[in-house]
Amino acid sequence: MNQGVAITGMGIISAIGNTVEENFTALTNNKVGISTIDNIVTIHSDNIKVGEIKKTNEALVAELALPPGNNFSRTAMLGAIAAKQAVKNAGITDINEYKTGLISSTSVGGMDMTERYYYEYFKNSSILKYVESHDGGDSSQKIADTLGITEIVSTISTACSSAANAIMLGARLIKAGKLDRVIVGGTDALAKFTINGFKTLMILSDTDNTPFDNERKGLNLGEAAAYLVLESEEIVKKEGKKVLAYVSGYGNANDAFHQTASSENGDGAFLAMQKAMKVAGLGVDDIDYINAHGTATPNNDLSEGRAIIRMFGDKVPDFSSTKPFTGHTLAAAAAIEAVYSVLSLQNNVIFPNLNFKTPMSEFDLLPQTSLKHKPIQHVLSNSFGFGGNCSTLIFSKSE
Amino acid sequence: MSKCYINGTGCISAQRTFDTVFLEAAEVNNQENVLTIKDPVYKNYISPGAIRRMGKGVKAGIVASSQAMQEAGLENVDAIITGTGMGCMEDSEKFLKAIIDNNESFLTPTSFIQSTHNTVGAQIALGLKCTGYNFTYVQNAVSFESSLLDASLQFATDEIENVLVGGIDETVEYTMSLFKLAGYIKAESEKPYQIFPAKSKGVVYGEGATFFLLENKITDSTYAEMAGVEIINKLPVEEAEQRLNQFLAENDCRITDLDAVVLGYNGDIDDEIYFKNLAENCLKNITQLYYKHLSGAYHTSSAFGLWIGAKIIKTQEIPAIVRANAIAKDQYNTILLYNQHKGRDHSFTLLKRCQSTI
Amino acid sequence: MEAVKQELKEKIISVLNLEDVNPEDIKDTDPLFGAGLGLDSIDALELIVMLDKDYGIKLLDPKEGKAIFESIETMAKYISENRTK
Repeated sequence: MNQGVAITGMGIISAIGNTVEENFTALTNNKVGISTIDNIVTIHSDNIKVGEIKKTNEALVAELALPPGNNFSRTAMLGAIAAKQAVKNAGITDINEYKTGLISSTSVGGMDMTERYYYEYFKNSSILKYVESHDGGDSSQKIADTLGITEIVSTISTACSSAANAIMLGARLIKAGKLDRVIVGGTDALAKFTINGFKTLMILSDTDNTPFDNERKGLNLGEAAAYLVLESEEIVKKEGKKVLAYVSGYGNANDAFHQTASSENGDGAFLAMQKAMKVAGLGVDDIDYINAHGTATPNNDLSEGRAIIRMFGDKVPDFSSTKPFTGHTLAAAAAIEAVYSVLSLQNNVIFPNLNFKTPMSEFDLLPQTSLKHKPIQHVLSNSFGFGGNCSTLIFSKSE
Repeated sequence: MSKCYINGTGCISAQRTFDTVFLEAAEVNNQENVLTIKDPVYKNYISPGAIRRMGKGVKAGIVASSQAMQEAGLENVDAIITGTGMGCMEDSEKFLKAIIDNNESFLTPTSFIQSTHNTVGAQIALGLKCTGYNFTYVQNAVSFESSLLDASLQFATDEIENVLVGGIDETVEYTMSLFKLAGYIKAESEKPYQIFPAKSKGVVYGEGATFFLLENKITDSTYAEMAGVEIINKLPVEEAEQRLNQFLAENDCRITDLDAVVLGYNGDIDDEIYFKNLAENCLKNITQLYYKHLSGAYHTSSAFGLWIGAKIIKTQEIPAIVRANAIAKDQYNTILLYNQHKGRDHSFTLLKRCQSTI
Repeated sequence: MEAVKQELKEKIISVLNLEDVNPEDIKDTDPLFGAGLGLDSIDALELIVMLDKDYGIKLLDPKEGKAIFESIETMAKYISENRTK
């Protein structure tokens, strides 16, 4: 088994909590964050449910103490809050004491502001500042500036696998010695663009999402941000840092089947899991819990289910999707699920796959539907995005 | 622990570059402040059934990447890594306009699906049935260099033998009008537009798709070794020289080894400070080149710059149209590239001529 | 019904951006999906929106589309029976 890269801090804000502790309390008490939408006016508000963070943009501005002329998008604000938490949790007081970078990810970027002001720019010069914050790199730049990071800063945007890929790249940069430490993760805010986008694909559910259920209707969109701090072995030893867990395996593969749908037998998913297991030096017997992508779309759960069976045969470990708690937070999904994977390792607990009633007819897979306590050494986390982008991360316990 | 070599290129740009040897058909267009792609005939490369959904960037990316692969003699690759600053703007704008104009009704999925930033990389993979590693970077002026860095990490650990790396960005009318409103693009009143030396704020914008096929070995089609790449989010002018020396040292090089530098002069008088800082000091005795007057300035235009650097090493000729100074060298064996935008997202890239191709 | 069929052929070509196809090329009973015109699941979603926008027919389950969109013939029949515009 290969040890992997040390995680020394985490931060998160999601529909089920504004801190790591709040998220854990929610996960262990079936406290769900799915509701009707409040912060965005949309004609679909009666027909969708979302995992919304119940803070207005004004509240986020105040929380970050941003100056009045700022041009932070909601995506950037959520990201800054979570990233600051992670840095604090890692006990970092001087960010540039060691060579530190940031690899963030997003799919919405500043679109939440752009869609608001699209035609108004020509009438109102005070909002021109949001032209600059539209693109994907802006939220990362804002986070880097907030934290004081000056070295490698980059952003990955591969739809729903984005944050997994950010974590993967961060781990590789540490292993290659390009950075001593790196903040990795992702952020996405709710936006009309994505709500309408997923609506046109007819994969949004008007009720609470039900992953791996035969009657599943689709996903609930969510918003969130989460970051991990990864540090090199040298720093961990030198500073006597407490290691929360290790990123021990990672793999990215492409389904190369269709722009939005996954292949019937989950080829990309299978390859990604296989790669991750190889990097970690683990066998199928070693995985104690799979935090599935499990979006509750007809297509994903079937494809992912088949891939899991191909990978694990008759030794499928306990698995669950936590998206009934948080909704599908797009680029941030893999980041919040990374935090949940670490919590699982630290507390030897498997979080439930809520809302499950009827097993899928295509195979014999039953998710773990109640909170389960058992020793957990290794967690496998899946995230699959549009464009056939399939990523798997493996997290391992820190003794 | 492998090195990596540029063994194939494909360039679709505001110049005729897709069916030429180098820049023999290039002309400076100082009459337009947004330069648009000179299109190849896409139908010759992509089936009508596939073309019908594709935005400009996707079409150009597919052609440029297939040219790079063809030149290198490969039919598939181990990985595809792309960089894009603004993503698939055409489709993004189409979907957003439809949402606003139709009050969220009668929306169709195609433009939403095609608007995700990783569409170019995904469509290339789909066309090749390539199941390998597939990442997309969206970090402004280092979107492309992030891709190069990622590729170089994978060669260093021997995870891949070859990879397609590309930079793609497209222009679209409404967003360009916003950029003009915000002052990013030079005002119409400044015609004819001058990029170097810069006289005012703002750039001449552009679009393009430039792809490279990198391999872990030297072949008949090798241009140069991609010897090193570094990205630095903030680099104050007073620290630039020291940082450059460090970068070169890490790649077995010193300033005195450099034959030429390709600089990202973009016509903006504020951005120029960073380039002049090096050009007028530690790099003043080498051949200096620039390219954004040909490609336009956009987040991944530095890929066009790399294309120029690679072509120079291969042809050992400097087209007059890219010269920023009159210094000439007997041979061009080591070329540095430096780019940044608005004082951020700095990158150094180093190309070395391969001994066996001299 | 003939008018609807002709209209449908023209709409399909424009909505789905089938630049190289003419209305005369589409036979009434040729399969639209898979073989024949070779449309896919994304095209089906586009056609569902077209049914709503142009004929006032709302399909809530994309799976219903499979039977309706089998050919121009089946589409025209369904529209004639269900249109509200």
